[in-house]
Amino acid sequence: MSGSSNASSHRPPRIGESPLVRRALIIGVLVVSAFVIAAPLAVIAVQAFSKGVETYLAAITHPDTLHAIGMTLVTALIAVPINTLFGIASAWAITKFDFPGRRLLLVVIEIPFSISPIVAGVAYLFVYGLQGLFGEWLSAHDVKVLFALPGIVLASLFVTAPFVARELIPLMQAQGRDLEEAAASLGASGLRTFFSVTLPNIRWALLYGVVLCNARVMGEFGAVSVVSGNIRGQTNTLPLHVELLYHDYQTAGAFAAASILAGLAVVTLFVKVALERRGAGRRNRPAFVAEPAGISKETP
Amino acid sequence: MKRRPVLPGLKLTLGFTLFYVALIVALPVAALLFKAASLGPAEYWAIVSSPRAVASYRVTVLSALGATVFNLVFGLALAWVLTRYRFPGRRILDAVVDLPFALPTAVAGIALTALFAPSGWFGAPLAELGIKVAYTPLGIMVAMTFTSLPFIVRTVQPVLEDLDPTLEEAALSLGASDSAIFARVVLPLLAPALLAGVSLSFARSLGEFGAIIFIAGNQPMSTEITALLAFIRLEEYDYQAAAAIASVLLITAFAMLAITNILQARALRYTRKG
Amino acid sequence: MKITLDNVVKTFNTFRAVRGVSLDIGSGELVALLGPSGSGKTTILRMVAGLEYADGGQIRFGEEDATDIPVRERGVGFVFQHYALFPHMTVGDNIAFGMKVSKKKRSPAEIAARVADLLRLVRLEGLGDRYPAQISGGQRQRVALARALAVDPKVLLLDEPFGALDANVRRELRRWLREIHDELGITTLFVTHDQEEALDLADRVVILKDGKIVQVGTPEEVCRTPVNAFVMRFLGDANHFPATISGEVASIGGARMPAPGLVDGAADAYARPGDLGFSLEGDGVAATISRVLDRPDGRRLIAVTEAGEHVELDVAPDAPVKAGARGVITLARAHIFPAA
Repeated sequence: MSGSSNASSHRPPRIGESPLVRRALIIGVLVVSAFVIAAPLAVIAVQAFSKGVETYLAAITHPDTLHAIGMTLVTALIAVPINTLFGIASAWAITKFDFPGRRLLLVVIEIPFSISPIVAGVAYLFVYGLQGLFGEWLSAHDVKVLFALPGIVLASLFVTAPFVARELIPLMQAQGRDLEEAAASLGASGLRTFFSVTLPNIRWALLYGVVLCNARVMGEFGAVSVVSGNIRGQTNTLPLHVELLYHDYQTAGAFAAASILAGLAVVTLFVKVALERRGAGRRNRPAFVAEPAGISKETP
Repeated sequence: MKRRPVLPGLKLTLGFTLFYVALIVALPVAALLFKAASLGPAEYWAIVSSPRAVASYRVTVLSALGATVFNLVFGLALAWVLTRYRFPGRRILDAVVDLPFALPTAVAGIALTALFAPSGWFGAPLAELGIKVAYTPLGIMVAMTFTSLPFIVRTVQPVLEDLDPTLEEAALSLGASDSAIFARVVLPLLAPALLAGVSLSFARSLGEFGAIIFIAGNQPMSTEITALLAFIRLEEYDYQAAAAIASVLLITAFAMLAITNILQARALRYTRKG
Repeated sequence: MKITLDNVVKTFNTFRAVRGVSLDIGSGELVALLGPSGSGKTTILRMVAGLEYADGGQIRFGEEDATDIPVRERGVGFVFQHYALFPHMTVGDNIAFGMKVSKKKRSPAEIAARVADLLRLVRLEGLGDRYPAQISGGQRQRVALARALAVDPKVLLLDEPFGALDANVRRELRRWLREIHDELGITTLFVTHDQEEALDLADRVVILKDGKIVQVGTPEEVCRTPVNAFVMRFLGDANHFPATISGEVASIGGARMPAPGLVDGAADAYARPGDLGFSLEGDGVAATISRVLDRPDGRRLIAVTEAGEHVELDVAPDAPVKAGARGVITLARAHIFPAA
């Protein structure tokens, strides 16, 4: 019954509503956003086409570029499903059961987010590289992990491990165990329970996590550049290819390759917004920082 | 209160989770720390306190601070505008805020370099004013600002959206001015979220690599960030130095996580019952 | 401070929340705005506070037109339904807030002394250092009141002050609020949807429906002489009987009652359960008892009249009635209104 803030013709009693403050803030934010967010996107497009459409097409259909695209796709096709599976399994274990060390596990799962990708790449070197824990054994058995596809996949798995899990865990935590327990009490098997009860309720959040995971896998640069060896036509993913062309002073070609990744980013943003409208994403749940505003409302 | 789990799948899912976390996350982190520890204290200290390393910490930390301060102000303004005002283009703005997360860092790096190079859209007019951005520490700050831009917006926005409007009304009815309400009521309630955003933003800036190396110039002692130094040591086959410097970044990241958690708990102490 | 509302109108988008309300509130009076949800009572309160602006009409504080005075200059104390305590401030800091942001500068010692006084007034001595999350709902309510009183308001406004509390705490706080009002003598206006609360607490009750005032009066006036069926029903259990008027006399079944001023024809009679009796024969409305509900202080009978209407009546604890009994409902008192 009380008035919503947009209803009154007079100034609603919230702060920051005076026309001067309002206009100044909106214009200020839009101008800075244009400089900081829009300009980088625009410059990619302009630079990519700076030598004409034909050069652009030639650049993105060059065999090396196509190979890099293929490499990126293969990496994503392996890494994304594995991390999706990991996300589901960890979310199920953490939210459907009580066991000692749950909180610690949550912290460990989030670790890759707080670590520099370079550190991740270096760390992998000390596991699978010649100097590393398994290096001698691997080279004795002629298994190539680093400077090859497996290394790229492993580094990608590391940096994107938390993406699906962090979307699912808060959601499944909030949804509780009642539905699954009801299904189990009715005699449904575990898999049946998951597919017919749990999955329908988490599908958008799952897809959301998968989309963000995929964007990061395809765009990862730092960790992959350490472990890939960066061999043209062999272990080059698309972001590494962008760097290679750029340092070869093939600016138009670099921006042409970059434009593909920028396009992927824009598509990712669109899909993200669409999924957020269906209730996925962090913003439709309580923020992971506690929400002080709610306190005044509770009445024990 | 122990009860037998009703649902199936604990062994399978927990087993897989632990195995995966051990193999993919814990093993490499442990290997890195092991490698760094095998150096011995004196040698380790010599590497991490070498003038070139210290110079890299300096430029990394200072640039990250600058970027975080900018994002604190701009991120708060952006979150405020997105939640409090309705204007044409608001939804688009809300969506593109995440561009820095979605755009691969290498792409961001070359785009920012193109913008801020002496001949670029922003670089040329700035050069006339005598300000050089690309290939200077300022360029590092620009790249860090871009890649960590969404953190503060996205941590503050949900708290701002859920802020109980009657708190502002109560303050108004008690005679407070707009600025007093902002400073004494709104800002303190946003503080935990701001703190979380600031630490995420700062941590991301400390570890950023891809976006920076294109614009930084990468001159040792002046525009070489710590992550790049670790990378360079690696390319020089100086694995021990690479391990030592990477371990500094790793330990810093862990310390940041711990400090953030403590500060968060302190900032939210008033929500505790009893 | 005397408050006058003169034909006040408020519309939200297309919803007409308040449709021309005029009301005088005397200085030092305690007045309840009572009505179902959607009746506009909270909107009226918020307009008096300055948290909403009227689209039409005038609100006067004393002789001064307050319609366009912003909240922060109105000098009202507002207690919100969910208290709106600042969660990051201690109880003491919450109470001190209004004094700290005031243009009138007070020394910290002065503020501390005033906070201590107010804590004593609301009986929360010793809780000044707690955070709102650490005290009970009833205690939060009292902090909210102390915070509102701290700025020496000319008018105290309370929005469903006890709505979020459980019944026992509510009754206790109600008596206590009355005591505080009598002690301080501040003009007080409060909103409630609970008729018992309004009747217990207020000097005068304003009954609202669909954004309009239906009746204003003392608890006695609105209880004894409700102006229409809505008031009758809203204030408590009421049974409806069809009645016929002839020569200012109403016939309700076999019972006759004076109906001064009513024109001949159909009418509606309403009676409280306690104003009805049940006997096996006599003048009244023929009915069958369908259930007997036993309560500590009496028995409530659920009866069905021959017209099929359900009637509830209260009889003495020792009344010998069984379900299935047939008889007549007698009327000791009833309110008769022209047919709707």
